Formats: sequence, C-alpha cells, structure tokens
Amino acid sequence: MANLTLVQAINLALIQEMERDERVLILGEDVGLNGGVFRVTEGLHKRFGDKRVVDTPLAESGIIGTSIGLAMAGLRPIPEIQFEGFLGPAYDQICSHAARMRTRTRGAMTVPLTIRIPVGGGIHAPELHSDSPETVYIHQPGIKVIMPSSPYDAKGLLISAIRDPDPVMFFEPKRIYRAFREEVPEDEYTLPLGKARVVCEGNEMTIVSWGSSVVQCMQAIERGGRSIELIDLRTLYPFDMDAVEASVKKTGRCVIVHEAPKTCGFGAEIAARIMERCFLYLESPVQRVTGFDTIMPYYKLELDYMPDADRIARAIEETAAY
Amino acid sequence: MPIKSAFTTTIDHVSILDVNANFDEKLGAGLIPDGDLVRLYEHMCVCRHLDEVAFKLQRSGRMGTFPQNMGQEAASMGAAYALDKTDWLVPCYRENAGLFWRGLPMEMILLHWMGDERGNAIPRELYCMPLAIPIGTQLLHATGLAWAAKYRGEKRLACTFFGDGATSEGDFHEAMNFAANLDIPVIFFCQNNFWAISVPGKIQCSAPTIAQRAVAYGMDTIQCDGNDIFSVVYCVRKAAALAREKGRPFFIEAVTYRLGDHTTADDARRYRDQAEVDAWKTRDPILRIRKFLTTRGLWDDAKEAALAERAQRDVAAAVERAESIPPPDRNDFFNNMYATIPPDLALQRDTMQTHGIGQDPSQIEGAVIELPAKTSH
Ligand SMILES: Cc1ncc(C[n+]2csc(CCOP(=O)(O)OP(=O)(O)O)c2C)c(N)n1
Ligand SMILES: [Mg+2]
Repeated sequence: MANLTLVQAINLALIQEMERDERVLILGEDVGLNGGVFRVTEGLHKRFGDKRVVDTPLAESGIIGTSIGLAMAGLRPIPEIQFEGFLGPAYDQICSHAARMRTRTRGAMTVPLTIRIPVGGGIHAPELHSDSPETVYIHQPGIKVIMPSSPYDAKGLLISAIRDPDPVMFFEPKRIYRAFREEVPEDEYTLPLGKARVVCEGNEMTIVSWGSSVVQCMQAIERGGRSIELIDLRTLYPFDMDAVEASVKKTGRCVIVHEAPKTCGFGAEIAARIMERCFLYLESPVQRVTGFDTIMPYYKLELDYMPDADRIARAIEETAAY
Repeated sequence: MPIKSAFTTTIDHVSILDVNANFDEKLGAGLIPDGDLVRLYEHMCVCRHLDEVAFKLQRSGRMGTFPQNMGQEAASMGAAYALDKTDWLVPCYRENAGLFWRGLPMEMILLHWMGDERGNAIPRELYCMPLAIPIGTQLLHATGLAWAAKYRGEKRLACTFFGDGATSEGDFHEAMNFAANLDIPVIFFCQNNFWAISVPGKIQCSAPTIAQRAVAYGMDTIQCDGNDIFSVVYCVRKAAALAREKGRPFFIEAVTYRLGDHTTADDARRYRDQAEVDAWKTRDPILRIRKFLTTRGLWDDAKEAALAERAQRDVAAAVERAESIPPPDRNDFFNNMYATIPPDLALQRDTMQTHGIGQDPSQIEGAVIELPAKTSH
C-alpha cells in the first residue's frame, strides 16, 4: 500500500501498464520531458524513452486521429488532451471515427484507445480550462466514459480502461488531483467498468454524483446529520443503473449532483431512468444540483457556478422536506 | 522528357538593427522617426515591467496564471506601429506590447488574467480582438474580419498573431488556405519563439523555416528578426501594402524567443538549457534599441532612470485600477449569455441563491426549510 494522490495513482497505473504491455504508448502535448502540465506522466519519458512517450505536434485532431490508427493496428495508445476545453478539434475524430469503427466494420476493426483528459473547474484556471463536457461523449454511442473521484478508483479504472477493447475517455477531475491522499495498492488491480461505488450508506435519501462533486457531496452530508446514501457512478457509460435503482427504492428520495450544465446534463438521464424504474417508490421529485445553463464563468465567479456543499445541503433539505 | 524543376523559391530574411546594434541604413533609414522610436522603446519597457509585476501578483495569489511576454515585445509592438489604427489586431496572448500601443488599457489585460471577463470588453474603436486561449483558432476569425472589410469595400486589414505551436493546428492550415484562395487581405504573423510550452519547434515544423509553409498555399511570405523592431516594421509595411493594394494575404515569420517560462504555471528549467536562454538574453529586443538610441544621442542614463520610475508608476496604477474594480455581479454570467435571457435561464438566475436549482420553487412552497449553517468559500 502507498498513500497516493490522484495524480500519483494515475502515474503508477500508467507505469505498470507500460511495463506489462509493450503495445501501450503515451502521446500528447508536453507529456514527455515535461511530464504533462499536471505532471501526470512525470518520469515516464525517462523510464520508457522517446518511442513510447511521445511529444506530438500541437494538434488535438492529429493526436486522436493518429491514435485511432495506432489502435487499429493493434497498439494500445493513451493519448492525452491537455485540458477538456481543447477537446474541440478532436471531437470529429472521437465521435465520427473512434466511436463508429467497430460497428461500421462489423467488428473487423476496433479502436482500443484510452483518452486521458483533465476536467472541471475549481482551480482558478483561465478560460476553457475548467469545463465539464462529459455529457457530450456519454451521449455519443460507441464510447465509454469514466470519471473517478478517488486515487484508488482512478488506478483500478484506468488499468481496466487501457485493457478495454473499445475507446474510453478517462476524465480526471483536476480539482482533486492533489486534494487528498488515499491508500492505493502498489500491485496492479482492476476495477470493473460500469460499476458504481457506494461511498456511504444511508436510508433517508440517495445522492448520485461523480468526479470532484463527490467531495462536495460528502461535505454536505457530513454537515446535515441525515442518513444519506452517496453513490459515485465512477463510470458514466456504461452506468450502473442497478445500483441507483436499489438505493432509490430503499430511500425514496434522490438528489443528483454534477458540475456540468443542467439542461441535458447526465443527471437528466439518471432522473429519467429513476422515473422508469422507481416511480412507485418515490417520496419526492428527483432533484438536481448542477452547473447552470451558462458558459463556465472565468474564475472570479467559478465557485458561484459550481455546485458546492451549501447548494447541495439546501437541495437535501428541500428534498427531505417535500 | 528529362525531369525538370516545377517550382523553386527562396525565403528572404530581413535584419536591419542586428544584435550588436549595427544598423542597415539602406533598409532602415526613415523607417521609424527618432521620436517614435523613443516612444516605442518606452512602451516596450513598461510592458516588460508589467511582466515582472504580474509574476509577483500571481505568486502572491492576487492573480491567476499569467503568460509573460518577455523577449517578444518588439514583434507585436512593431506590427501594431506599422498598421493603421483601424486595422484589426487579432492576438493570442503574447501581444501585450502591441495591444498597449494600440491603446488597450493595461488593466484590461490584468482583469482578464484575474479571472474577469470584463477584461475582454474591449472598446470597439480599438479594433482589437480579445486574447485567444485555444491555440490557432483566431486565425480563422481574422480571416473573416478581413473578408468583411473586403466585402464592404473598406481598406481595413486584419493582422493575426500566433506561435510556432499554432502552425500545427488544422485551423492554421484552413485559415491560410481560405485567405490565399479567396483573396483575403489578412496578415498572418507567426511569433516563432522556438517553444510551445515544453515542445521544441522541430516537432511542429521540420522545414528550415516556418515561412515556407506559406509558399505551399501560394501566399507571399518573409522571415524577419522578430527581436528587431525595424525588421518587423519593414515586413509588416510590405505585407500591408500588398494586402491593401492587391487584397492578398501575407505570412510573416518573426524569429524571436520566449525569455520567460511559458506561463506562471510552468517551469522551463525542466525542459530547456539555461545556456540557450542566456544566449537569447543577449539578443533581447529592448537592449538593442537602447544601444541604438544611446549611440544616436537620443537616450542616456538619466532618461533611463526616469523611464524606470514611470514604468513603475504606470503599472502600479494599472494594478490599482484592476484591483479596485468591484467584484463582478453573480448575475453577470447569466445576463450576458444571449441578447435576451430565455425564461428558463432567468429562473435559474433568480433562484440560484435561494433554492437548489433542480426544483421549481413552486413545488416546495409552504415547506419550511431550515438550512444548515452556510460556509463561505
Ligand atoms: C487548442 C489548444 N490546445 C492546447 C492548448 C494548451 N496550450 C496553451 S499554450 C500552448 C503552446 C502554444 O505554443 P505556441 O503556439 O508556440 O505559442 P507560445 O506559447 O510559444 O507563444 C499549449 C499547448 C491550448 N491553449 N489550446
Ligand atoms: Mg512558441
């Protein structure tokens, strides 16, 4: 066991997978000598050399497009997009190509790649360095989407993602890159994709969340003194509706928390599924605490945009009082 | 048939005031009147001082990430000087000098990096676009701005700035191709500072010059010493003349160097040699002009001391103005989303401080809600 931050846990997962499997290589902007702008790939260039840790030209479409080729040829590329705000140029390659290759070739060609992307706000970063676009890619059929909220989960899920035969987007909440440490096994281990984690158990209400919002949820729960079950989805596609269903049937109330905008945010899908599966068990309407339907403001106002423990606590009380 | 040459070309390199402050009279005479040169020099020094102050503001938590412009002042300054006041400047984020020369208040740049959109609310009559954060995207906007001028029969150009890294993005190539093939009077001004954060220039371009990329698009091009303001002015004038008279685009590669870290979030010692930085320090654009002005009897130590004092005063005043602006209203980010705010968004805005936004307030009317103690952030 080692006491690691999220950054260190991801770094360790990358090292172990690269050592285990020669087909694994890392490519992106500043991932080499510099170790990535968040130092997630720190030391990897030194350890594995130019061939397997590659600084690319500054072109996101190029990074993902060539990764698709590398993957179709049987390698296991792990491209990094430096910030979620720069996924734009890569969107076409991800959604029009990586996502579709298996089905359009009826399985003859597959794209086993894992795209790593720092995501979300809360670090006082400039414009387009603080967004939460996960819904866009959850909505795109053909891609798996992961967003861990703890070092332990990050390591196990990343290893599973790298070994997964399909394209995976692995979003890393930058607000909690170094926010806390956790015991993480030094040996390799995998966690199943598509399985949620029950962070704490309770019977009065269910909260469903993911990414750095999970930490805000925990703060709100600790403050309120209610018996609340917190579910961290961890994998956003495929997502663990069974876990949500079981919990909501037990509690009868549910609050969904995410940083991304409200309209068509992934919370909307969860709420609709709860209606499909748990309608007769509900004691109150499903409530959402989310980012607003606006552009993420520059950092002076970012904390007014992001769901925080206050807003979540308010939603908990509203839902309980219903 | 023997194989014959289908096309050959050469790329010119312009240098007028060299590293040792030797001056090419033939090219340089009359290019910048003495009085203007003194003012340009003063502006560059103020801009350099802003870099130092901004760095300290960032380190002491009074400002977010800031990209220093150190070493590249002559490039954008020379371009802004050579253009008309109503030509568009379409920057990335290393053109503070040129923007200040155009008249952009210094506190607006500070506000931007202090995380405040009001720093982008640039008065229209300055013809400056806000800083572009996503690399390479602004080249297409500049092409559209210049296209609009052509459409209206105006003589206005657009000049867009970007780094060596930007020339790898698809948008760069699309902008170059549009401008060349649709005859759009836009100047593409590449600040080749040899680094894109930690990635060296040879990863972006294997050819000996970036300028020659323009040749492939059928566009006129030139390379210049970007640390020599005379060369920059010479090349931009040439480009502007072609753009105004023939409506054609032009590509300039200004060879320069980023003397500082990429931004305050970067530590360049991780990836580049101090010897390289030291070598470039001797080619500092500011040193060169000072030498030139001094040998011509236009500058002396007393003036330098007075300037240093003025730079401190001006920058301190700009910081004071930026910091004394009251914090933005929480409603700001709702109210500027659309010309007219949609009713649903207005509801989010109006209930954000009183309700969880998932619930329409009418659904919980009557419920007495005791909120847990509020924490401040
Ligand atoms: C589309 C996009 N990808 C990545 C980044 C992150 N990033 C910011 S600056 C930079 C390097 C830019 O290099 P260059 O174009 O040479 O400009 P310089 O910083 O050297 O002036 C990178 C990769 C970004 N801002 N936008
Ligand atoms: Mg550069």
